Amino acid sequence: MRRFLRPGHDPARERLKRDLFQFNKTVEHGFPHQPSALGYSPSLRILAIGTRSGAIKLYGAPGVEFMGLHRENNAVVQIHFLPGQCQLVTLLDDNSLHLWSLKVKSGVSELQEDESFTLRGPPGAAPSATQITVVLPHSSCQLLYLGTESGSVFMVQLPAFRALEDQTISSDAVLQRLPEEVRHRRAFEMVEALQEHPRDPNQILIGYSRGLVVIWDLQGSCVLCHFLSSQQLENVCWQRDGHLIVSCHSDGSYCQWPVSSDTLQLEPLRSCVPYGPFPCKAITKIFWLTTKQGLPFTIFQGGMPRASYGDRHCISVIHNGQQTAFDFTSRVIDFTVLIEANPEAALDDPYALVVLAEEELVVIDLQTAGWPPVQPPYLASLHCSAITCSHHVSNIPLKLWERIIAAGSRQNTHFSTMVGLAPAPAPPQPRARLAHELLRHLLQEWPIDGGTSLAPAPPQRDLLLTGHEDGTVRFWDASGVCLRLLYKLSTVRVFLTDTDPSESLSAQGEDEWPPLRKVGSFDPYSDDPRLGIQKIFLCRYSGYLAVAGTAGQVLVLELNDEAAEHAVEQVEADLLQDQEGYRWKGHERLCARPGPVHFEPGFQPFVLVQCQPPAVVTSLALHSEWRLVAFGTSHGFGLFDHQQRRQVFVKCTLHPNDQLALEGPLSRVKSLKKSLRQSFRRIRRSRVSSRKRRPAGPPGEVQEGSSRAERTGLQNMELAPVQRKIEARSAEDSFTGFVRTLYFADTYLRDSSRHCPSLWAGTNGGTVYAFALRVPPAERRMDEPVRAEQAKEIQLMHRAPVVGILVLDGHSVPLPEPLEVAHDLSKSPDMQGSHQLLVVSEEQFKVFTLPKVSARLKLKLTALEGSRVRRVSAARFGSCRAEDYGEHHLAVLTNLGDIQVVSLPLLKPQVRYSCIRREDVSGIASCVFTKYGQGFYLISPSEFERFSLSTKWLVEPRCLVDSAETKNYSRLHDRSGPEKASGRARNSGSQSDGEGVLKEIQSTLEGDRGSCGDWRSPRVAVGYSLSNGGGCS
Amino acid sequence: MKFGAEFRRFSLDRQKPGKFEDFYKLVVHTHHISNTEVTIGYADVHGDLLPINNDDNFCKAVSSANPLLRVFIQKREEAERCSFGVGSLSRRRRPLALREDGPRRRTHLHIGLPHDFRPVSSIIDVDILPETHRRVRLYRHGCQKPLGFYIRDGTSVRVAPQGLEKVPGIFISRMVPGGLAESTGLLAVDDEVLEVNGIEVAGKTLDQVTDMMIANSHNLIVTVKPANQRNNVVRGSRALGSSGRSSDSTASRHSLPTAHVLQNLPPDEMESDEEADVVLEGVLEPRLVPRPPPGSLARVNGAGLAPGLHSPGREGSVQRLLSSLRSDPRHSLALPPGGVEEHGPAVTL
Repeated sequence: MRRFLRPGHDPARERLKRDLFQFNKTVEHGFPHQPSALGYSPSLRILAIGTRSGAIKLYGAPGVEFMGLHRENNAVVQIHFLPGQCQLVTLLDDNSLHLWSLKVKSGVSELQEDESFTLRGPPGAAPSATQITVVLPHSSCQLLYLGTESGSVFMVQLPAFRALEDQTISSDAVLQRLPEEVRHRRAFEMVEALQEHPRDPNQILIGYSRGLVVIWDLQGSCVLCHFLSSQQLENVCWQRDGHLIVSCHSDGSYCQWPVSSDTLQLEPLRSCVPYGPFPCKAITKIFWLTTKQGLPFTIFQGGMPRASYGDRHCISVIHNGQQTAFDFTSRVIDFTVLIEANPEAALDDPYALVVLAEEELVVIDLQTAGWPPVQPPYLASLHCSAITCSHHVSNIPLKLWERIIAAGSRQNTHFSTMVGLAPAPAPPQPRARLAHELLRHLLQEWPIDGGTSLAPAPPQRDLLLTGHEDGTVRFWDASGVCLRLLYKLSTVRVFLTDTDPSESLSAQGEDEWPPLRKVGSFDPYSDDPRLGIQKIFLCRYSGYLAVAGTAGQVLVLELNDEAAEHAVEQVEADLLQDQEGYRWKGHERLCARPGPVHFEPGFQPFVLVQCQPPAVVTSLALHSEWRLVAFGTSHGFGLFDHQQRRQVFVKCTLHPNDQLALEGPLSRVKSLKKSLRQSFRRIRRSRVSSRKRRPAGPPGEVQEGSSRAERTGLQNMELAPVQRKIEARSAEDSFTGFVRTLYFADTYLRDSSRHCPSLWAGTNGGTVYAFALRVPPAERRMDEPVRAEQAKEIQLMHRAPVVGILVLDGHSVPLPEPLEVAHDLSKSPDMQGSHQLLVVSEEQFKVFTLPKVSARLKLKLTALEGSRVRRVSAARFGSCRAEDYGEHHLAVLTNLGDIQVVSLPLLKPQVRYSCIRREDVSGIASCVFTKYGQGFYLISPSEFERFSLSTKWLVEPRCLVDSAETKNYSRLHDRSGPEKASGRARNSGSQSDGEGVLKEIQSTLEGDRGSCGDWRSPRVAVGYSLSNGGGCS
Repeated sequence: MKFGAEFRRFSLDRQKPGKFEDFYKLVVHTHHISNTEVTIGYADVHGDLLPINNDDNFCKAVSSANPLLRVFIQKREEAERCSFGVGSLSRRRRPLALREDGPRRRTHLHIGLPHDFRPVSSIIDVDILPETHRRVRLYRHGCQKPLGFYIRDGTSVRVAPQGLEKVPGIFISRMVPGGLAESTGLLAVDDEVLEVNGIEVAGKTLDQVTDMMIANSHNLIVTVKPANQRNNVVRGSRALGSSGRSSDSTASRHSLPTAHVLQNLPPDEMESDEEADVVLEGVLEPRLVPRPPPGSLARVNGAGLAPGLHSPGREGSVQRLLSSLRSDPRHSLALPPGGVEEHGPAVTL
């Protein structure tokens, strides 16, 4: 204990620590929680999303991302880019305006807030007088027009937000300049629409909510013409040439008005209720866009028949006799249509519809027949079904990577590839060609491609696997800034469930009216909570995958490139064994589908082990070399030989007094109460998370900043004192048998002369069991049974739950993963020196000698700090100075949300950073570490925050957005294909076989507008060695 | 004779007790110890051991008898070691008080050495702590009693440079009747908890402090500022230190790193008090984790060496073994040190 309190300042070590450790929150993956506004800059080709918690996020080409946070933490209501500029204006729900800009600093663009402003009316005016409803940035970029609830249009000068009070266009002024018969008909009420004339910057259109639309001459301060509709106005679209105005209304109708300067238009050219004749909901936004073919695109939001489809969230597209109502699973926040950016061009030629829904971003390709969706390279809805667990695998071998991508590409056939890649000249190497083919499917031309990513290509291929409530596992490419879905595995097929998932999609008829079409992947409703995935273990060398779920199901899967139909072998593991007289009151186990099942290419299950009682699987380990899978629940653990499809043994860990574990957490009486409680909790969590995004304080200062929260917390305490019982843990506590961790190791378990395979299990009650295994040699693997014998049982006297077990070799390096040595990716472990066993409990780290298990060292975390270990993982930290220097240490997350590095094997605390708020229980529970000192945790149900503890392994966006460069940016599909292809061929041709392919894949996956830019090849491809991802010790 | 004790009962006139000298003669005569020098003491109504050595206090002792007067007689040289004073009987729980119960009246008691007894609690570091604070050590191991107290959040008033300041603090909120904490009498409801095993609790949450206490429950040392400041130990040398002094400043002055705070303990006592992990070889042989060779870099995980305790022989689970260890509260203290096979594969019992 004393040692840790006096760290002893060794300056050399302190210097080395600076070279090894550094804490950064680098990027947020996934879909922003509670989005509230959408903006798009056609000139920059950058998309902006604002959230209810005051964040704005900018996305361009894959890898080009920016994030900003308003100090006020108020909801962002509107986002407007200044035309042609790297600047944008946001309106918050507190009626404040903020000017943000992308400034280039040392070669990299940064998003920063320049100014903020709140519109003030004349003294004594009602607050509604200055309540902003519409914002129009003028094309001069000098002026901002602000429509308000009072009907006045204010003018503000940029960039300083200087109000030009004398130029306010009040509704009275407009009224005076209108003919008599219009003037007396009705009051104006609020401004609903403000538009600048597409060709003439001196004219603006003002639409008032009661239905009056005027075109105002800014220089002459007069009404050029006016239109009067009988319905409440919702929005207006001004056609590109300025000759036609389309207005949409609250009764679900839209009207077209021709613009001619002299005549008063009393009747529209054409009026239409697209989903009439029965009452319809309002059309809230409309686009009327011209095309080369002559027939316009009409795209509008809402307007559905009120009675039968009023609850749908629809956007309709009408073009050339085709009509589709895209039906979203969550509320539509806003949408925009990507059109020709050059204002001089004669036609709009829309090519993509971008819809921001509450839970996902959907992009529809308008140029391909059938208007298929485009798979976004970012903003993935992680929470399509709620995330129940995650698992990270670093440094995936190319072979497995390609196979997963291939399996995934077959699932994505419904996605558009936008304009297909121009066929590239055959790359010189056959493997490169394969990779290229695979990528064709994955890599679509993404229409939002502004900015250039300057981040180096990721040094290795990383997979993040997320398990979901609906029984799916999603494979994400977590190598770079863009978290992209590679492949989705569903385990549902193995079981009999109430609804057949394949039926629901085909249920849609073709000739129905309205022509609804479901789009998007967000589907939070799970048929059966028992399908939920709880533990995942992937072997990156063999392609074996083990997946375990809520109802005690353990599936072992194998990667198969072909579709197959086969029966899944079922085995029951009775974990209670001889324990008599207990009754499981929780859920029943899942019913497996009998007979052969058809599986699509990808991971196909071949063995199903069902634990009895069917309690949730709490730990899982897979050893692909020995072909063994170990699983544990609250009742015990078992070992299964998936080669011979035989159970090796089961061990009951249950304490006889533990009634709770026996009845199961989901006893029927409790379950309703529990689900209610959970839903309330979820609501509360969503409220809390809106306040969650405080700007991160300087890393390393742990206790600062919390004092105010504590003080307010204290006041609450005084009202209702909370007390805690101080009692030592005893063997009788509940859930002591809960198996928390399982670990395979080839080590000296029985004597110091012979090492053998072993399985280690740690429980909630502080017990560690070690079993010696006898695995027959490969040639007799099918003939002889695997044998197991309990060799050791260690009871930690502090009885804290065991959360990690690790064996260190003779050089105090963690043992390599199975097959890692065989694949030459790691040095063989040192089997000469003595091995050590590291047991991490929630409270202590302890190193024991092997095979004697005598204690050598310990670090008592809880006794010293009052914090408890929530996650622990061994990681290799590379030095940012010396290329091949690295150290293995433990990355630790505590229940207080701190992240620490604890050295191996001496267990000395190295660094400590505060990372997650201690109240953010779901964030702490969701954290996963990578093997190279990075990690992920959920900051909302739909977003992972990525952080790094390493100076060397850092994945963060570095990008450049230049307004000058994008001025004459032509649209993506106008660029010539051969040019792109030659760039790519040069890239891959200049390198030797494997490395070239890798780099190509990475550079293409990393995206950045495919590989079209020539800037890319010299800068990125050079000097990036892949060997540093090798995981060697 | 090592344990020379006699119990006699006799009566005195409450109204006229007489002179001390007569009483002294009566006592030595009754016990046939006229040739030894003895000191005489009595237990007052508060349970404190007070001397009888002159007429006044003899008179006072007799008048306070209710109705019996417990008189203690000790050889003078032995009595020298055991001082009279407030709290000497009830608060300190000296062995004397523990053994003195039932109808026994007068005692000539050998006071056993501390190691003959199972410690339950102690006040430690009196010499380095401010008088307003008390550092209490609770010995749970081998004790069947639960620790038995609750803590809560609260506010504490400190003297800061700017004046009085309210700061969050942790307080004892409840005692479990019959629990260890209550039975020591050293902790009470509303005592403010300042440190746990030498670590300051300031700035820590209730849950953190709870976890720290539970993690240290095998050997819990709590520094408190008692709500009742009247029973504080008063030291002559520190008479200036008034109880009204800012607890903030005193806390910071005296909260030292663990190594200092626990200086009164033998260097390895902290460790030796910790219970050792139990390792079962195979499913048969239980043993405690042995001490690594001295002088090695390794630290002792737990030095409660207990060879030859049990040989369950049968498939005893760890739990059973542990509960049997518990049921003999003194085993780990009564065992002679040494005798452990240091390098053998396992300590076979």
